Amino acid sequence: MPRLTRSSAEALPPPRPLPGFSWPGPLLLMVAAAMLLALAYGRYPLAPSEVVQYFLAAGGFAEMEPERQALLHNLIVDIRLPRVLAAVLVGAGLAVSGAAFQSVFRNPLVSPGLLGVLAGAAAGAALGMLLSGNWWVMQLAAFAMGVAAVGVGVGIAALFGHSLVMLVLGGIISGSLFTAILSLIKYLADPYNQLPAIVYWLMGSLAMAELGDIGRLAVPMLVGIVFLASLGRALDALAMGDDEARALGVPVTAVRYGVIAAATLVSALTVSLSGIIGWVGLLVPHVARLLTGPGNVRLLPASACLGAIFLLLADGIARNLSETEIPIGIVTELLGIPAFLLVLHRARRSWVT
Amino acid sequence: MLQARQLHFHYGRKIILAGVDLDLAPGELVCLLGSNGAGKSTLLRLLLGLIKPSVGEVLLAGRPIGAFTRRAVATQIAYVPQGHAAPFPYTVREVVLLGRLPSGSLFRAPGAEDHAHVTEVLARMGISRLADRPYTEVSGGERQLALIARALAQGARLLIMDEPGNGLDFGHQLRLLDCLLELSEAGFGILMTTHNPAHVVMGSNRVVVLENGAITADGAAAQVLTPAAVAALYRIDPERLTQDPLSGTISVRAKPRMNDAHAH
Repeated sequence: MPRLTRSSAEALPPPRPLPGFSWPGPLLLMVAAAMLLALAYGRYPLAPSEVVQYFLAAGGFAEMEPERQALLHNLIVDIRLPRVLAAVLVGAGLAVSGAAFQSVFRNPLVSPGLLGVLAGAAAGAALGMLLSGNWWVMQLAAFAMGVAAVGVGVGIAALFGHSLVMLVLGGIISGSLFTAILSLIKYLADPYNQLPAIVYWLMGSLAMAELGDIGRLAVPMLVGIVFLASLGRALDALAMGDDEARALGVPVTAVRYGVIAAATLVSALTVSLSGIIGWVGLLVPHVARLLTGPGNVRLLPASACLGAIFLLLADGIARNLSETEIPIGIVTELLGIPAFLLVLHRARRSWVT
Repeated sequence: MLQARQLHFHYGRKIILAGVDLDLAPGELVCLLGSNGAGKSTLLRLLLGLIKPSVGEVLLAGRPIGAFTRRAVATQIAYVPQGHAAPFPYTVREVVLLGRLPSGSLFRAPGAEDHAHVTEVLARMGISRLADRPYTEVSGGERQLALIARALAQGARLLIMDEPGNGLDFGHQLRLLDCLLELSEAGFGILMTTHNPAHVVMGSNRVVVLENGAITADGAAAQVLTPAAVAALYRIDPERLTQDPLSGTISVRAKPRMNDAHAH
């Protein structure tokens, strides 16, 4: 073959295999370690080994003084485990949704809220609190209106022929609509009880998570997360452009709407579980990209793991930094901005094309 | 191997193609010439099965292209776009690895076999040393080679190329044409659009001219590419074109200046 480049001596590069799934292994271990630390640290600190001992005793593999075990059960299982599990699910869900959206929309600045799901779910949560004090009504309303908001955005795009730009514009319109609805609900809410509850919820919190809720929401969230994380090759092709991806045999429309559906499901459920937690979906994929490179086969699982770790860290700060708990959405924003500046500093070179 | 039969295509009332017949066989290097808006891109997309014709059909190995799955088509026909900028800094190897998608699974990571195949294709195109460089940081010519390598990785025997020389400097254009000639000699069928009649003379053994959605000439470069035909195609004054009788190269004279007339 003739060479287009002028160098004549073409040394073969060192064989650098791209092992497909070597990343999630160590990252999953890191997630497990972070969960262990999160279970150990708090207002009443435990040694991580004690947490392990408790689980061994609870599983019947070791002996423990019953009083001590009851105390640890209360501390670990009743108080800390729900928010640790919620942090893992929400962090992984938002991060993998963001990473998948960035490929589908071929834009590194896209976050999971692009099509209006977060605005819709926020309005839904507020509406649920306005209409009923019932927790599950709020969760259901948040989920339903998150999905509805994306439906409105995609519907607007469909009117004008399904192009990517139309999807983005549809999402902007839908997001504005549901933000206006949220303002209306806040305006109508009782300013002494309901309004503060709504405002706090929209700052994000893992404090309300209960094992029962998590049990209910975990299955659809995990299905969505695993589905998104497994689409790496197809998303790499999609990032090249529609015609190219189709010519490579990828069913572009099915993959695009499959990703939108799964990311909407997952993102809406994160709001049901923990309110609005910003930055995770935009920031974490960029951090993951620094680790794995842009190839989605490794990037998507790595984003999910790092998202979980990031949110465990943020939650640790939220509940340990001061006497009263800081809403986690504020922590992710305060942590996220300097982290994002660092990432931009490292990554900007590759964006200048 | 790839045949277009009486292709018609229109967007709303605007007619893009009106009755196009075209054949592409392995071993052929065909240049598709046409002015802007003649319908070249639409024809390429129809031939790739990316869009459906309003009337007519595209046959692949004698069967309608729509009867194949998209992945089956991808193992036989590859699309080589212009060397574009990807939104993320994929390595050259990762870009070429995408060519293994049609023969693999959407949900599974590429395996050792795929990597071996890609290593081989990169060596064949002479870009092994670029394998781990970001695709966004190599030159336009190198990107074009990477995209051709991706087409080879697909295992396709037919390459549909959209203005491959576009944006490349003279040297890179030459080397690209050499590469395409070698591929066609090795049995690949190549259909490429181009705006540059010089590419035709140097490279292809067949020229197809598309004008206003219809094919007005299809044949050997020497017969099709006369100064008169080129002048008519691009709406330029035929007086300004001359053809070298030996090489067949067409060259252009600068526009005569008003001042010259006064000087004499």
